Amino acid sequence: MAKVAIHFTLNGSEKAEFVESGTSLLDVLREKLADFSPKGGCLQGTCGACSVLIDGEIRLACLTLAETCEGCTIETAGGLAKDGVLHPLQIAFADGFATQCGFCTGGMIVASKALLDRNPAPSRADVIEAISGNVCRCTGYEPIIGAVLAAARANSTNKA
Amino acid sequence: MELRKAYFADERRDDLKEIGQSRPRSDAFGHVTGRTSFFADRTFAGTLHLKMVRSPHHHARIRSIDTSEAERHPGVVKILTAKDVPHNLYTILSLIQVGPEDEHVLAEEKVRWKGEAVVAVLAETPRAAFEGVAKVRIDYAPLPAVLDMEAALAPGAPIVNERHGGNYYHYDSGASRKVRLGDVADGFGRADHILEQTYASAPIEHAPTETTGCIVVPEGNERFTCYTNTQAMFFTLDNASIILQMPGHKLHMVGGTVGGGFGGKVDVIVEPIAILGAKLTGRPVSFIYGREEEMQISSPRAAERIVLKDGVTRDGRIVARQVHCYVDAGAYSRHSPYGTQKGAAHFPGPYTIPNVSIDSFCVYTNRTPSSAMRGFGVTIGDFALEVQMDKLARLIGMDPIEFRLINAYRDGDLKAHRQPTEGAALIECMQEASRVANWLIADRFFELSSRTRRD
Repeated sequence: MAKVAIHFTLNGSEKAEFVESGTSLLDVLREKLADFSPKGGCLQGTCGACSVLIDGEIRLACLTLAETCEGCTIETAGGLAKDGVLHPLQIAFADGFATQCGFCTGGMIVASKALLDRNPAPSRADVIEAISGNVCRCTGYEPIIGAVLAAARANSTNKA
Repeated sequence: MELRKAYFADERRDDLKEIGQSRPRSDAFGHVTGRTSFFADRTFAGTLHLKMVRSPHHHARIRSIDTSEAERHPGVVKILTAKDVPHNLYTILSLIQVGPEDEHVLAEEKVRWKGEAVVAVLAETPRAAFEGVAKVRIDYAPLPAVLDMEAALAPGAPIVNERHGGNYYHYDSGASRKVRLGDVADGFGRADHILEQTYASAPIEHAPTETTGCIVVPEGNERFTCYTNTQAMFFTLDNASIILQMPGHKLHMVGGTVGGGFGGKVDVIVEPIAILGAKLTGRPVSFIYGREEEMQISSPRAAERIVLKDGVTRDGRIVARQVHCYVDAGAYSRHSPYGTQKGAAHFPGPYTIPNVSIDSFCVYTNRTPSSAMRGFGVTIGDFALEVQMDKLARLIGMDPIEFRLINAYRDGDLKAHRQPTEGAALIECMQEASRVANWLIADRFFELSSRTRRD
């Protein structure tokens, strides 16, 4: 099968790969670029564990064809900490017991970052809406909602 | 948080400095940075992908299997059937004396549930493996299926699993695991009211976000590393060793973080066949359930039917409890004979009842084999028992908490299975719950203690 050349930015660094047409972005991230922070939980667009940001928008990497990402900026949970400094969402998830088995956590944090980037002071309802595409079987969601709200508060305190 | 050590007679005297303190989870920072390594978070050059041909029938005889077309399919590298598995018959708890072996790794002669694995296809890509699966031709002769426990136990029912003779597990106590204390007939005779109720539950799927799977790498020297998300590393090692007839030192099981288990990753299903595939091809093999397989193929919590018959006096004492519990194992034992036995020991609940008769049956049907899930064997029983307790309290016009306090077990009480009660704190928990919930109970119930003997 003919291979397609793609270029994109992953967590701030430029990447170039040849992929088979039809390959998912999730497979390229995990199998070619060794970024295992997006997970394959269902591979049918229902669990949210593969969530990534493409040009700032939340997307499901399992349903995104890699060849459609030409020239895009892609962010994953694995690239969120900068120079060893955790993002406020990462601190809030760890402090607030919002992560148990950890499998959904990367996708949850990405979905939450998409929310906070456009709405720094979300309501509880906003948070629930933002993570409604992400399945967690451990926490019952309450600690996650609490962590996102705590991260938003920490952000506003830091900026004040 | 407040720690009330005074409740527990055998509590340590020294201060417990960590209790009540918040500590970060040891794995939290790996999780939030995406650095935690799950079994599938690794790649190996030349990995083959294993997909399973599964039975479309609940119960059928296998007339023939034709893999010739699948073998010729581009990308298909190896096809495995029952004859390739060195010791194809197993049962997961055989090493703790739960027998007989009753399940095939790959089906032989018969399939006993819709979804049973029959043929494994290994291919260069997942797509080629799926296409290979579609080209395996199996000729089945469908048999009458038994899809619920009442049908399974009815006279003349088709036999689900010939290894057990009938459609139930044979305990050393017979068709059921039995517990007997006192004389229930006498107890019912002395009761003011008798209440018999039937409670039933459906199978429940764990639905972990990470599906069941493993990746096996041949390391040379006939040694294999198996990266797995099993919750039961040593069951996996033992059973793989038996099934493959390979000494344990040839098998290096690497576990670690499980992406949600809840008991659903305690069976040994994917590892032996993936190791066999790696052995016969000399290549790494990945066998990872799709989401549909996780929901349909992995063992659920068993469906149960529980018939509770209680005799109670006007003043609130349960004087007799008779339990008939039926656990739907599906087509194979897995953990169900053990769970059923655990249930028998758990009845009659945390209550002291002088006359008890318990029969717990582990029943075979042509349904997906059930197995471990959080508190399996007792969870559904507790639901039934506590609903029954509320009904009994209403029947005699008593407050449901006061009714439970009257019957709650205390230190020294003999349980139905002949073990004396130790370290009971049910009375104190209910007293505290009543306070916290502002649930009014009579003052005399606050004078009860788990440490004072019953009159």
